[in-house]
Amino acid sequence: MLRELSYGLAINEATRQMMEADPSVFLLGQGVNSPWYVGNTTTGLKDRFGPERVFDTPISENAVTGAAIGAALAGMRPVVIHPRMDFALLAVEQIVNQAANWRYMFGGHIGVPVVMRAIINRGGEQAAQHSQAFQALYAHIPGLKVVMPATAYDAKGLLIAAIRDEDPVIYIDDRWLYAYSDDVPEELYEVPIGKAALRRSGSDVTVVATSYMTQEALKAAADLAGAGIEIEVIDVRTLKPLDDALIFQSVAKTGRLVVADAAWLTCGFAAEVAARVVCEVFASLKAPILRVALPDTPAPMSASLEKVYYPAAKDIITAVQKLLNR
Amino acid sequence: MQTHLSTQAESTTDIPAEMLRSMYVAMLRIRETEERLADMVAAGEIRCPVHLYIGEEAVAVGVCQALETDDYIFGNHRSHGHYLAKGGDLRAMVAEVLGKETGCSRGRGGSMHIAAPEVGLPGTSAMVGAGLPLAVGAAIACAMQGTAKVAVVFFGDGATEEGGFYESLNLAAFRKAPVIFVCENNLYSSHVHIRDRRPADNLDALAAVHGMPAPRIDGNDILAVYHTTSEAVARARQGHGPTFIECRTYRWRGHVGPNYDIDKGLRSPEELAEWQARCPIQSFETRLLHQGVLTHADVTHLRQCVTDEVAAAIAFARQSPYPDPNTLHDYVFAP
Ligand SMILES: Cc1ncc(C[n+]2csc(CCOP(=O)(O)OP(=O)(O)O)c2C)c(N)n1
Ligand SMILES: [Mg+2]
Repeated sequence: MLRELSYGLAINEATRQMMEADPSVFLLGQGVNSPWYVGNTTTGLKDRFGPERVFDTPISENAVTGAAIGAALAGMRPVVIHPRMDFALLAVEQIVNQAANWRYMFGGHIGVPVVMRAIINRGGEQAAQHSQAFQALYAHIPGLKVVMPATAYDAKGLLIAAIRDEDPVIYIDDRWLYAYSDDVPEELYEVPIGKAALRRSGSDVTVVATSYMTQEALKAAADLAGAGIEIEVIDVRTLKPLDDALIFQSVAKTGRLVVADAAWLTCGFAAEVAARVVCEVFASLKAPILRVALPDTPAPMSASLEKVYYPAAKDIITAVQKLLNR
Repeated sequence: MQTHLSTQAESTTDIPAEMLRSMYVAMLRIRETEERLADMVAAGEIRCPVHLYIGEEAVAVGVCQALETDDYIFGNHRSHGHYLAKGGDLRAMVAEVLGKETGCSRGRGGSMHIAAPEVGLPGTSAMVGAGLPLAVGAAIACAMQGTAKVAVVFFGDGATEEGGFYESLNLAAFRKAPVIFVCENNLYSSHVHIRDRRPADNLDALAAVHGMPAPRIDGNDILAVYHTTSEAVARARQGHGPTFIECRTYRWRGHVGPNYDIDKGLRSPEELAEWQARCPIQSFETRLLHQGVLTHADVTHLRQCVTDEVAAAIAFARQSPYPDPNTLHDYVFAP
């Protein structure tokens, strides 16, 4: 049964249903019982499952994440939440050295089925330490899978797939998406990790987007259609492993590519997409690849600077027009 | 829970009247500034996250009174009081909170990232616990440079949960770094009471095992804070190493913003009322009146001066321009 559900509540529902279906799933992290840290994504879960399976933690990102990894080694399927992706930096040692390497380092004998949910929460004049988007950092690490849902449907389906996955998954949700709604099935379903989604067909320019930038790309598409320009929008959904086949197919058709990722430009995810396209389907390209990303500058505080710092639909439109010499 | 507060009922007689007055005024300035900022957040004029210090003023002022201008302090997300107590410019701080170019961080940092390097505050970090190793490093630098300067770090009870807390205490203790760890134990970390985060409320004991003095004091008693810090500073300047001071205190407002977190069921109105009855400013004022250091006329006059000064700072901040969007990429590196 489909019904309209918001992105935030889709995360909540996926967590609840997985905890109902599988007693090894539990939820821990800062703010799981907070009225403000994680929006509505965990509301009601403690009442439903009790403090043994849903617990707020001390401010100890490293130990809490390490404990989640240890619990995963001992047969559990923990979901550990970092209410700001910035705080998870204190847990990077455990995620990178331990979780990511474990399966390989022990010859495939034992894996780490942990999900680390990290929330991007930029804007609102929160400045440099509460606004960062580190998807490229995690996508760089062998042994980690990285997903970034852009719709409520995917928010639920990808979280279910992430919890069922046998390996560590970095699940990055975005506060700017929490109020977006779409049709979400009531039952459990998976959005497969490693599959991108074609969100809109078009023949002029391919726009490959991550997370929130997918919604901005769709706004740009509607605008551009008014001017007779049809863009094809691909929502990456999984940054690693990347579904580049769909991207190559699209670029073969349009010959033009914009990559939109709301994180820093240099060594960012958009650079990886551009590199793969150049390496694999160079001959299809009719124009240089353009990237819409954050400038290589920390997040500013003042709204007057935030306004020009964060990329939006208008930046995608400008890039598309530039590629078409309009 | 407050088992062994070392009740330092030191008399005020060993402190010059002028200094007592200025400590009183310093607390009033913080209180008035924060009350007005709270109003401006409630009115939507301030949009950045603001963590108010109201109720904890005696810690910042008592500690900073024991320091020299060139001693270092490091703060956290809740540092308006630290900044002002150390002598940071009021107008530049208010402008920063409003995101203005005239702000102490030129509108790049906001309430959580204020700096006054000219008076020993290199900046405040919003990452819980981040200030501890920074202060240890500054203290090590002071010693390497052959000065008698010290470094102080203010942090909350929540910060003791980060691994860096233990690493910093150990590093400071074995290096005998001239650093003072000022723990503002206000019983809460965000929405969580300390009883829901630790098996025991024993932060002083955690520090003591690192082999440093770890007095637990009434953080709402400005003279207790001042005397305890003075001893710690003397110790550090003489090369005897760090001290940990646990200041028991309470933030009147909620974790962030002007609300009280009572509506959200996070704490009781009785608990708040109990701590409001122990207002650090009110009790000090009563003491100074009683001892004849202040008259009622002084109190009225000083309060008016502070109100006027804060109003002028707000007017300055309001009239200041926002950062020019063309300067977005300035200050990533040295010019
Ligand atoms: C590394 C890190 N984790 C989590 C947070 C979110 N956070 C900001 S303030 C705070 C509570 C801090 O409590 P405490 O240290 O007691 O200081 P207080 O707010 O009570 O003054 C938390 C959890 C953060 N800013 N940084
Ligand atoms: Mg606290």
